[in-house]
Amino acid sequence: GHILSGAVLETKALDELFPDWKEKGAPVTTKVTKDSFRFLTKSGSIPIPMVPGHPMNNHGNYIVRLGNFVRWLGKQAEELGVELYPGYAASEILYNEDGSVKGIATNDVGIHKDGSPKETFERGMELHAKMTIFGEGCHGHLTKQLYKTFNMRENCQPMTYGIGVKELWEIDPAKHQPGYVMHTVGWPTDMHTYGGSFMYHLDEGPLVAIGFVLGLDYKNPYLSPFQELQRWKTHPAVIDTFKGGRRIGYGARALNEGGIQCIPDLTFPGGCVIGCSAGFLNVPKVKGTHLAMKSGMLAAESVYEKLSEETTDTSLAAKKPTKYEERLKDSWVWKELYSVRNVRPSFHNPLGLYGGVMYTAFFYILCRGKEPWTLKHKGMDNTHLKRASECTPIEYPKPDGVITFDLLSSVALTGTNHDHDQPPHLTLIDDTVPVKNNLALYDGPEGRFCPAGVYEYVDTEDGLGKKLQINAQNCIHCKTCDIKDITQNINWVSPQGGEGPAYNGM
Amino acid sequence: MSGLRILVGCKRVIDYAVKVRVRPDKLGVVTEGVKHSMNPFDEIAVEEAVRLKEKKLASEIIVASCGPQQNQETLRTALAMGADKAIHVLVEDKDYSNLQPIHVSKLLAKIAAEEKVDIVLLGKQAIDDDCNQTGQMLAAILDWPQGTFASKVVKKDGSLDVTREVDGGLETINIKLPAVITTDLRLNEPRYATLPNIMKAKKKPLTTKKPSDYGVEIKSSHQVLSVEDPPTREAGQKVESVDLLVAKLKEAGFMKS
Repeated sequence: GHILSGAVLETKALDELFPDWKEKGAPVTTKVTKDSFRFLTKSGSIPIPMVPGHPMNNHGNYIVRLGNFVRWLGKQAEELGVELYPGYAASEILYNEDGSVKGIATNDVGIHKDGSPKETFERGMELHAKMTIFGEGCHGHLTKQLYKTFNMRENCQPMTYGIGVKELWEIDPAKHQPGYVMHTVGWPTDMHTYGGSFMYHLDEGPLVAIGFVLGLDYKNPYLSPFQELQRWKTHPAVIDTFKGGRRIGYGARALNEGGIQCIPDLTFPGGCVIGCSAGFLNVPKVKGTHLAMKSGMLAAESVYEKLSEETTDTSLAAKKPTKYEERLKDSWVWKELYSVRNVRPSFHNPLGLYGGVMYTAFFYILCRGKEPWTLKHKGMDNTHLKRASECTPIEYPKPDGVITFDLLSSVALTGTNHDHDQPPHLTLIDDTVPVKNNLALYDGPEGRFCPAGVYEYVDTEDGLGKKLQINAQNCIHCKTCDIKDITQNINWVSPQGGEGPAYNGM
Repeated sequence: MSGLRILVGCKRVIDYAVKVRVRPDKLGVVTEGVKHSMNPFDEIAVEEAVRLKEKKLASEIIVASCGPQQNQETLRTALAMGADKAIHVLVEDKDYSNLQPIHVSKLLAKIAAEEKVDIVLLGKQAIDDDCNQTGQMLAAILDWPQGTFASKVVKKDGSLDVTREVDGGLETINIKLPAVITTDLRLNEPRYATLPNIMKAKKKPLTTKKPSDYGVEIKSSHQVLSVEDPPTREAGQKVESVDLLVAKLKEAGFMKS
């Protein structure tokens, strides 16, 4: 499975969708019992009171293993007669003659690395529909194309992102506190780098989900999101949780941080975009699942109405399920996103984290986001990296193999696998850019921000230079490279269906 | 002569790329929510059966699997690859840990007789238990010849030439039909179960049966005492001289002092 998230679920949308979700056995059982928010310094930690109105106040919410929750939703859908085909990737958008979306095609299989067909070659399948709803998660590869084709982003800012790196731990039962939620900011990131951690104690186990989120607008090319998580675990405020425990899961995924300023047009002739593909995530709450579900529900209602419409209008405009966008902007999804719109951008001030915290405290917690202005983000994430020569390399501590780990053993835990003999799905627009630009000027940041060790600069055969080696087999489909690559030279496309990480309840 | 009828056995196992974890109770491994797929050697068996059908040597392919409800996914994949019908012998989760090759071979023997098959194709072993027993036991129960570790199967008149992978190299034997074949890695490269075929497979017949329908009782004759992780590999030591090496070997008791 490719689902990965923290996660704490606000059941607002689930209550609307399945009011009897409890009776139906939804794996939503860990009620949040205690919320804690801490500011970490190098050696200490300052608790920050969880006042009502604090975006991280999780009273009434549930800690879930999102992979299990999604599997349960899938079962409900199948029982209602929906046909689900997991393991088959949509790799191409199909268009009608008038330019509207006709559906999608799944990828061809059985192609050698050099592009020639194997004996087992088979063409993908075309699926045609009057309406296609795209829910690919954060930074979808097909959604990327839709935005360009239909110019859907001309009235919004470019999306900004973070990367979440997560681990699942089986801890000493004596230390297990089911329902305990903790978030931290501060160490190990400096005050100008947006980042923070989470720790959620599930009621099964004794399992604890932990993770670190790093804003992808970071400036230092020597930063490694994976290493930040590893060293965060060694902080005195949290290290005790891991002693005597065992790591059983690892994974990573990019997430949206742009908020309402970055929501594009949501509909196009022949369909619409929902969930994280559209960018619905409440950044200070670190939650997007309830928004995604509601957007899906509104899209379904609107698309159904569109399909039931009796009309002779064959124009492109008539093929857009515009009611979806109208309803969404009228719903609690929009109100919620509007109220938190200035929290993330408030971070871009000379006082960095401190400024952001002060802004949030006053304008969000006290004034509920009613200030009349909307702050802007500072441009696309990939434009912020400073030259390597202007930055200090970071000396990350060596893994101890007990609490902190090396990258490759972590990747092994994701269960990711790809047929080695297929064209690599991490494609480069210009093959010379990595060595000429990324390595020469920025010391190869992709080797550091990829949480799966896909990108490696190795010596050339003649030993005189370096070349970029792409270990496509390691990829865990997090989409960070497609987002953070300096010149946007990396284009992630779908590998053969059924490949990628095999997360279990992550 | 009319085409051969083939029975293929498929087992649903933890996917080979997934890192297996021992359960906290140390009596098995974690399977809940873990990615599963068809045993790779069984995929090869299904592929071989489909190729025989494409060569018009076989007329019908029946696939069978013994296990819990999820085994139906494995059977659908086999149907999508080209099998004609599927039989699911439902063994509930609680009894599944007791299911052994001896039971599977008894069940397959009954199915083979009922379906009047000429060839039973099985994977040489399952990648979870590595037993390598079902094919051989089945042949004994049916009193049929067996061609195990097959890397090539050629149909002759009323018999099969089977090339077997053995320690010394390759051995080719001729066995009369009906026969049991177990597949080895080099027999073929299985085709992909593509989406249109998965959709069509939903229309192919899949019958659910119980072990009692075949008069087989799933009762284990042994009990798992414990399942442990392999010991973690300790770091090696580099020594500066041969004398030091000898001293260390003596210290560890590998050499007489």
